[in-house]
Amino acid sequence: MAERLRLTIDGQPALVEAGSSVLAALWNAGVRRVRASVSGEARGPLCGMGICFECRVTIDGARHCRSCLATVRDGMEVRTRE
Amino acid sequence: VSERLAFGVVVVGGGPAGLAAASHAAEAGARTLLLDEAARPGGQIWRHRAEPPVAARAWLVRLAQSGAATVRGATVVDAPRPGELLAEREGRPLRIAFDRLVLATGAREVFLPFPGWTLPGVVGAGGAQALLKSGAHFEQQRVVVAGSGPLLLAVAAVLARHGARVVGVFEQAPLVRLAAFGAFLLGHPGKIVEGLGHRLGMAGAPYRTGAWVRAAEGKDRVERVVVTDGRRERTLGCDVLACGFGLVPNLELARLLGCETAAGRLSLDEEQRTTVPGVLGAGELGGIGGVDHALVTGAIAGLAAAGRAVPRALARRRERERRFAARLARAFALRDELRGLCREDTIVCRCEDVPLGRIDPRGGPRQAKLLTRAGMGPCQGRVCGPALSFLCGFEPGSVRPPLFPVDLALLEDE
Repeated sequence: MAERLRLTIDGQPALVEAGSSVLAALWNAGVRRVRASVSGEARGPLCGMGICFECRVTIDGARHCRSCLATVRDGMEVRTRE
Repeated sequence: VSERLAFGVVVVGGGPAGLAAASHAAEAGARTLLLDEAARPGGQIWRHRAEPPVAARAWLVRLAQSGAATVRGATVVDAPRPGELLAEREGRPLRIAFDRLVLATGAREVFLPFPGWTLPGVVGAGGAQALLKSGAHFEQQRVVVAGSGPLLLAVAAVLARHGARVVGVFEQAPLVRLAAFGAFLLGHPGKIVEGLGHRLGMAGAPYRTGAWVRAAEGKDRVERVVVTDGRRERTLGCDVLACGFGLVPNLELARLLGCETAAGRLSLDEEQRTTVPGVLGAGELGGIGGVDHALVTGAIAGLAAAGRAVPRALARRRERERRFAARLARAFALRDELRGLCREDTIVCRCEDVPLGRIDPRGGPRQAKLLTRAGMGPCQGRVCGPALSFLCGFEPGSVRPPLFPVDLALLEDE
């Protein structure tokens, strides 16, 4: 069993396997709508590999992070819908 | 203050091509650095969390033993002057001087717009695979896999193996083309075994050729898709649509450096040299050819970058892989009907929410940018560029730094 890390997603606690991407943590928490587009449409991840920027979130206060490229760390705070 | 590094050979990209290039250059005695955006080596095809896939292991060991240095989590954003790259790593600038540069920046998926393609839950086919490999769970989720290319079967198989309920796989290419490709594969035993393995792993999900998704529907996330073969339509309920239309090379850095491209590929000579002195290219940049093509072109580029002669055997293997790549492109060529899926009100540029109807096909990408901001968002045209090239015949526009959005202070820092 892989080690599990604790993070919060929009204030809600979540347990995630170490080594997962932040995007995978969101996905496993049931979050499909990750951000709102410039005209307010619901958007979620598309490419999964750092190209499309649809999965960008705020991580520990740093905005516009591509959640697919970031690896989870214990205690991380993730905010969606930036 | 910038961190500064200097190497004889710098390789950008840690997939198979980059691993082969860096290993060969370092083994040939060059002071070599492998620079990668990902947290772990292997690129998209060998993406992993804990244990790398079997095929990758030998190369990761070889790289470690070659003496090449590696920097991970670094995104190249500019080439401010000849012989220098500027990268961003954890929000800080990193300047890297090089004598020879090997570009191995790989490929990305092609996404074609259709009604509903912007709904959450609609992901790339490779995108779904990347999600899964980075820890996302798909157990009990109903997944439709669609689009085009050999990747679809691989993705369906890996999803099924991880508990997803694969509703169906819809390949736009007609059976007659695929049959010709299948016959060609008979002469390439290694590759057909791979294909069969994917089929067996699919656990009974239907594979339909000459069929594609016309629309995705749902409120705030995909709930169903409409699939068609051009005559009849069928609606299928799903939780995820994994849809991609093949791959295109990531040419942005090459074009920023001034390297010539033609027909969507990097122009390369027999030693993988670009048209810019000191800059070489390997892997998918020279044409979508898969992992074997990436490994052989990476090896050639690494040797050439280190000033070594290229063995004849490698050159012959490259020719074989190039023939395979050409066959692959022909078999999975995109059908005209896919152009008609994108309606006037369908969003093409997802960053700026620009629908197709606002883009003048006669105006070209530059005018589209100026008038609509299409291609000016964070992805900088990486998604809408290939789509508009297919829909309107747009040639790629000019590439300007930064290649990815960064804090302006990072660029100004000297």
